[in-house]
Amino acid sequence: MTAPRALLDRLWSAHEIVLREDGSSLLWVDRHLVHEGSHHAFAKLAARKASVAEPELTFAVVDHYAPTRERDKGLAPQIAYMIDTLRKNAANHGLKLFDLRDPGQGIVHVVGPEQGLTLPGLLINCGDSHTSTHGAFGALAFGIGATEVAHVLATQTIWQKKPAAMRISIDGELGPGVSAKDIALNWIARLGADGAQGHAIEYAGSAVRSLSMEGRMTLCNLSIEGGARFGMIAPDETTFAYVKGRAHAPRGLAWEAALNDWSELASDEDAEFDRDIHLDGSEIAPTVTWGTSPEHAIPVTSTIPDPETLANGKAQAVRDALDYMGLPAGHPIQGTPVDQVFIGSCTNGRIEDLRHAAAVLSGRRAKVSGLVSPGSALVKTQAEQEGLDRIFIDAGLEWAASGCSMCVGMNGDLVEPGKRCASSTNRNFRGRQGPGALTHLMSPAMVAAAAVTGTITDVRPLLKGRAI
Amino acid sequence: MSGWTKHSGQAVALPFHNIDTDQLIPSRFMSTPRSEGYGRFLLHDLRRDESGSEHPHFPLNRHKDTSIVVAGRNFGSGSSREAAVYALVDAGIRAVFAPSFGDIFSGNAVNNGLLPALIQDADFELLLRALGDASRPAHVCLDARHISIDGTTIGFQIDPGRRTKLINGWDDIDLTMQHAAAIGQHKRRLDSHAPWVRPVTERTGS
Repeated sequence: MTAPRALLDRLWSAHEIVLREDGSSLLWVDRHLVHEGSHHAFAKLAARKASVAEPELTFAVVDHYAPTRERDKGLAPQIAYMIDTLRKNAANHGLKLFDLRDPGQGIVHVVGPEQGLTLPGLLINCGDSHTSTHGAFGALAFGIGATEVAHVLATQTIWQKKPAAMRISIDGELGPGVSAKDIALNWIARLGADGAQGHAIEYAGSAVRSLSMEGRMTLCNLSIEGGARFGMIAPDETTFAYVKGRAHAPRGLAWEAALNDWSELASDEDAEFDRDIHLDGSEIAPTVTWGTSPEHAIPVTSTIPDPETLANGKAQAVRDALDYMGLPAGHPIQGTPVDQVFIGSCTNGRIEDLRHAAAVLSGRRAKVSGLVSPGSALVKTQAEQEGLDRIFIDAGLEWAASGCSMCVGMNGDLVEPGKRCASSTNRNFRGRQGPGALTHLMSPAMVAAAAVTGTITDVRPLLKGRAI
Repeated sequence: MSGWTKHSGQAVALPFHNIDTDQLIPSRFMSTPRSEGYGRFLLHDLRRDESGSEHPHFPLNRHKDTSIVVAGRNFGSGSSREAAVYALVDAGIRAVFAPSFGDIFSGNAVNNGLLPALIQDADFELLLRALGDASRPAHVCLDARHISIDGTTIGFQIDPGRRTKLINGWDDIDLTMQHAAAIGQHKRRLDSHAPWVRPVTERTGS
């Protein structure tokens, strides 16, 4: 009898070419996604006079520096330089490029799935930490650094030590106005921002099975914020229905063969995990961050921590975070005034996210300014067909083009120093949205609620009588 | 990249947790070609005020000859930007000691000859006390896996494969090319056994 295997074991062994004595595996890479930030890696490749080993498995996307406003006007020199460098590298190596004007352009972690490049059972690399997103399809997907990107470009393989297996099971039904974002912030607050380091997380349980692919991608996307390089969910009918018919997805006989292979992508019932964590979905409230790490997350109904009540080791970190965020210790987080809002990013820039925010904003006016940047040009088009753009514009928010935008600010979409932003993004790090920016992470629906009231607010009363 | 086994230099403490890669190098500097040097960007917004002047109290501003850093848990978390390692290396840092590191950061560090040395929480506290807010001579030995500061010696952990790589200064691409036959075999097996794996393109699409 063979030992019970976890999804991680199945995916790992299917890609392992060499297992070295020190425990490192050489893994085959099925898809490699690159973006403007990959310029260091292309420079390393050029320095070796090497070429891309598998151009047909390598896809380039303009996202980190993509302008979201007045795209047709002249670009700032630094931004134009970064985008042109990617264009040249893609052209030199014969890579398919989703350029600014491509109807498929968008954030790399939105584009991969919606183009059918992301499939169950694949190993997917990208020089971006949120590559864990693609694990939502039952893929082995992880972010890598520039030296590793150069290695994948040159060899279509990557050295990696197999992580420990961890399972986070979420059972029970999520309440109205509670989403995958809230699940993620909850486990990160519980285990810490380094809580899952060295682990690959498999998300399981009835609450995860009930999530759409969009929700599953949000959950897997945020794995890295709890320290895990990998997040994954066993594929099921929801997954297959999402993938079928997409531009680069298998068709005909290949589709039948794929379904057959994908049906085996699950953990055995008696598979053992190095760590097993359980959450009750029905106990999760809409959640917001108060500090400068994603682990600084609390239910919106709760109070900001008070360093005076904490042990010495933790007190100083809380004090520093509150000092940066300009928040009073021990006060309710609800009612904290915000200066602006942002809806978008690889975490929460998909169609379902925009629908959630629109459900709150419909027929209402925002009290503060805000930017809505769909995760891709396809998401933008679909949202416009559904009339969501009108809801955002009528509420007084700006409807912009797609890119990483105000999540990381590389394209110039910045939060000004000292301004407080309710944001559907993934990192509330100091200065992440711009020097001195104050970021509160929350779900798109919660961001919409903050827009309507001008303060951090529990979205649930605003959803009464509305479908989400 | 050249390997190393021993390093002697000046150590300072950065007694903060969660020093993420956005703090190590803010994203606005990342379009700079590496040849221009990244050292001046290291911890830029923590070290400088809005006008660009250095905060005189910040440890790395007081001790410019630092090559060893002792920092709080979750060092290098967040973004995969290897530029965070370039900033450290170009500023002369050879080793970082912390109770935990971002997984992607650790790999990036080793790929650039920078040691991410994992230490116990108690030893972190011990090193903080030994250093205070001063800069002290320290000695790192990769073979013995320990650091000595002023007579205090503590051990650290690092994955054995990564330690070997640091010591030898190996380049992964050269190592991988030795497995070219096995890679080719894997690719051929994939093409014959899992035809759905290759993406449908305009050329292959029906």
